[in-house]
Amino acid sequence: MNNHNENRAPKQTLTGAELIVRLLERQGTRIVAGIPGGAALPLYDALGKSASIRHVLARHEQGAGFIAQGMARVSGQPQVCIATSGPGATNILTAVADAKLDSIPLVCITAQVPLALIGTDAFQEVDTYGLSIPITKRNYLVRSAAELLRVIPEAFRLAASGRPGPVLIDIPKCVQNEAIEVGEWPAPGRRAPVPLPATEDIERAAAMIDAAAQPILYIGGGTIASGAGAAIRTFADRNGIPVVSTLMGLGAMDADHPLFLGMLGMHGARYTNEALDACDLLIAVGVRFDDRATGKVAAFCPHAKVIHIDIDPSEHGKIKHAHLPLTGDVAAVLDAVVPRTRARPRAGWRAEIARLRATCPLEMPGGDDARAPYGLIRAVARAVGPDAIVATDVGQHQMWAAQAYPFSRPRQWLTSGGLGTMGFGLPAAIGAALAAPERPVILFTGDGSILMNIQELATAVEQGVSVKIILMNNQSLGLVHQQQRMFYAGQLFGADLSVAPDFSALARAFGLHAWDLGDCADPEAAEQMLTTALAAPGSVLIHCPVDYAEHVLPMVPPGAANVDAIDHTASTTVASTKETRHAALA
Amino acid sequence: MTHTISILVENEFGVLARVSGMFSGRGFNIESLSVAPTLDSTVSRITLVTTGDDAVLAQIVKQLNKLVPVIRVSDFNDTGNVERELVLVKVRADAASRGELMNVIDIFRGKVIDVGPESYIIEITGGEGKIDAILELLKPLGILEIVRTGRVAMFRGTQTLRTPEGKEKVA
Repeated sequence: MNNHNENRAPKQTLTGAELIVRLLERQGTRIVAGIPGGAALPLYDALGKSASIRHVLARHEQGAGFIAQGMARVSGQPQVCIATSGPGATNILTAVADAKLDSIPLVCITAQVPLALIGTDAFQEVDTYGLSIPITKRNYLVRSAAELLRVIPEAFRLAASGRPGPVLIDIPKCVQNEAIEVGEWPAPGRRAPVPLPATEDIERAAAMIDAAAQPILYIGGGTIASGAGAAIRTFADRNGIPVVSTLMGLGAMDADHPLFLGMLGMHGARYTNEALDACDLLIAVGVRFDDRATGKVAAFCPHAKVIHIDIDPSEHGKIKHAHLPLTGDVAAVLDAVVPRTRARPRAGWRAEIARLRATCPLEMPGGDDARAPYGLIRAVARAVGPDAIVATDVGQHQMWAAQAYPFSRPRQWLTSGGLGTMGFGLPAAIGAALAAPERPVILFTGDGSILMNIQELATAVEQGVSVKIILMNNQSLGLVHQQQRMFYAGQLFGADLSVAPDFSALARAFGLHAWDLGDCADPEAAEQMLTTALAAPGSVLIHCPVDYAEHVLPMVPPGAANVDAIDHTASTTVASTKETRHAALA
Repeated sequence: MTHTISILVENEFGVLARVSGMFSGRGFNIESLSVAPTLDSTVSRITLVTTGDDAVLAQIVKQLNKLVPVIRVSDFNDTGNVERELVLVKVRADAASRGELMNVIDIFRGKVIDVGPESYIIEITGGEGKIDAILELLKPLGILEIVRTGRVAMFRGTQTLRTPEGKEKVA
C-alpha cells in the first residue's frame, strides 16, 4: 500500500534520466552493471550523481548482463544491467535470454535513439523492443518521462513475482532528457503474493503421498527461487522420501544427506536414474521436465503417478502429464501438504535405494588426485569450505562440478542451466562477489568458456573482487569432443583448441596472480598449491591441465532413455586414443 | 481440431507481436486472425483460429494467459457460440452472366457494393461453410479477386467476454 507520507514529496522538476536513478534508488538498487554509449549518456550523467548507486563498468555488455545475473542469483532480488542502443542492446540480449530460461529476476535498461529517429535506421539504432519480445517476461519502449513512474516499479514487480524472469526497458535518449514535474512517487515494485491451491487438491496430494510405496522428490530451480530448501529437507526426512535434483536445483538439499541421490538425467548417476525408473510416485517440485533431465520422456518414471507443484501453470502437462497439478509458490504448497501426510521412515524403499546406490554408484575416477577433474573439484571444496559460492561456465567442467561438488545450501551454485551459455561464469562470479563480498567465490571454467568473456578479468581487478578461477584446460571444446567421439564415429572437427594463449600469462597481464597445477609432480604438491592459491588475496587464476580424453560419465545418448546411459565400462569402447586424435588433427 | 480463441489484451504497443510471437516461437499455428479495440478503448480483442489436439490447445491457452498484457482468454470450442467471417469478392459480370450472378447473391443474402461495366464487388458474411460454398458457386463465373477477414466469434445469450475485476497480473 502507498505510504503517502513517504511517497509524497515537494514538487520538483526532474529529467527522465534523474527519474530513472531516483526510482532505482527507491527500489533499493545499490549496484548496477553496464556500459555507456551515445544514447545512454543522459542516464550515465544522472547515475554519476547518485550517492547510493555504485556503477560497475563491464568490458562487454554481455558481461554486464551476467554480472547482474550473478548478483540476482545470489540475492534472489531483481538486479539491474544497462546497455546503450544498437550493439550495446544486441550484446546484452544473450544474458537476458539466459535469465529467461533460468527464471532469474533481471531488469535490463537499454538506451534507444530519440523517438524522432526511431525507424530511420539511425546510428546505433536497432529494434530492441522487437528483438527482446521472445526472451523477456515483459518489455517496454518508454515514450515519455512520465511513463517511467509506472514502468520502472512495474518492471521490478514483474521480474520478482510469480515465476521470476527478465524485464527489459528501452528508453529513448529524448525521454531521458525530458524534464517533468514530480510530486508523488510510486511505491517500489515488490514480489506479489501467490495464492495457495484449493484445499481439496492439497489433501489429494497428501493422500497420494501416503498411498505411495516408492515416492521420489524431483526438485529444480523453482525450489531455489522459492526458498524451499528447508521445506524439502523437512519433507524428505519426515516421510523417508529420496530426493533427486536437476542442475538448477543443486544446493536445495545437502549433497551428503543420506536421502539425496544427486543430479538426475543425462549426466546423473546410474543409481539416480534407476531409482526414478522404479518409483511409483514422482513429486515434481519447481521443475519443468527439461529434456536433459528426463531423457526420452516416454521412458521417464514409467510406473509413476505425477504430482507437479509449480508456480507457473503452463509447465503442468507441457512435457509430461501430471495426475495432480498444483499451482503455487512451492515452499508454501509444501508447507501446506507435508503436515497432512503421515510421517514414516519407508525403510523398505530406502533399503532398495541403498541397494541401487551400492550396485550402480557414481564412479569418480581420480577423485583423490587434485590433478584430475573430480579430485580437483573435491580438493577445491575442501579448501574453501561450505561458505563458498560456486559459479561455472558451460561444458565438461560444469557437469563434473555438478556431480562432485558437495553443495550444502541454496544459492550456493550459479550455473547457466537452460540456455547453457559459455561465457556466463566469469561475469556471474564477479556479480556473486559483489553481492556477497563476505563469501569466497569459486569459478570452475574451461579453456573454451573463459575466452568468451575473458575481458571481464579487467572488471574483476578494477572492482577489487575476489574470484578464484579454476581453469580446467583440456585444449578442446570438451563436451563437443566427447560427443563427436561417442556419437559421430570419432570424427573430431571444429573442437580443437590446442593453439591457445598462455592462460597464466594472460591472467597476469590483466593483473591477477596465477598458478599452474601442471607444475605439480604429485597429488600432494597439487593440493598444497591449491590451498596456497585459494588463500591468496584478490582474484587469482589456477590453470589446471586436463586430459582431453576425459569424459563426463555416465552419459545418456541424446534421445535415449535415462536408464540406457553409457558409463565408464561401456565408454572404453568409444573413447578414442591420443593417437587417433592426433591423426584426425593432422 | 480447429478452435476459435478470443483474447482480451491491453491495447498497447507491441501486444500483437507478443501474442503472434508466442505462437510462432512455440510452433503453434494461426490460421486466421482478427484484431480491433473493444468498447473500452484500452482493451483490444484478438480472435484467432488455431488447430491442435487437446494437449496443444491447453498449452496455447496457458501460454497466452502467461503473457502479461493478456487479460482474458476464451476457447470457444463447444461453448455454443456464433462465428462469422466477411468476404469481398470481385466477380466478372457481363451481360451474359449477370442474371445467374444475381441469383447466387440472393440465395446467399449477399450484397453488391460496387458495380462496374465488367465486374461487381459482392459482400458476404457468414460462417466458414457458407463462404466456402458461395465461392465455389462463383468460381465458374470468374472470380477476379477475394479478400477475406479472419473469423470473429461471440457467446450466445447474455454471456460475454469481459475484463475481470482487478486485472493486474503478477506473472
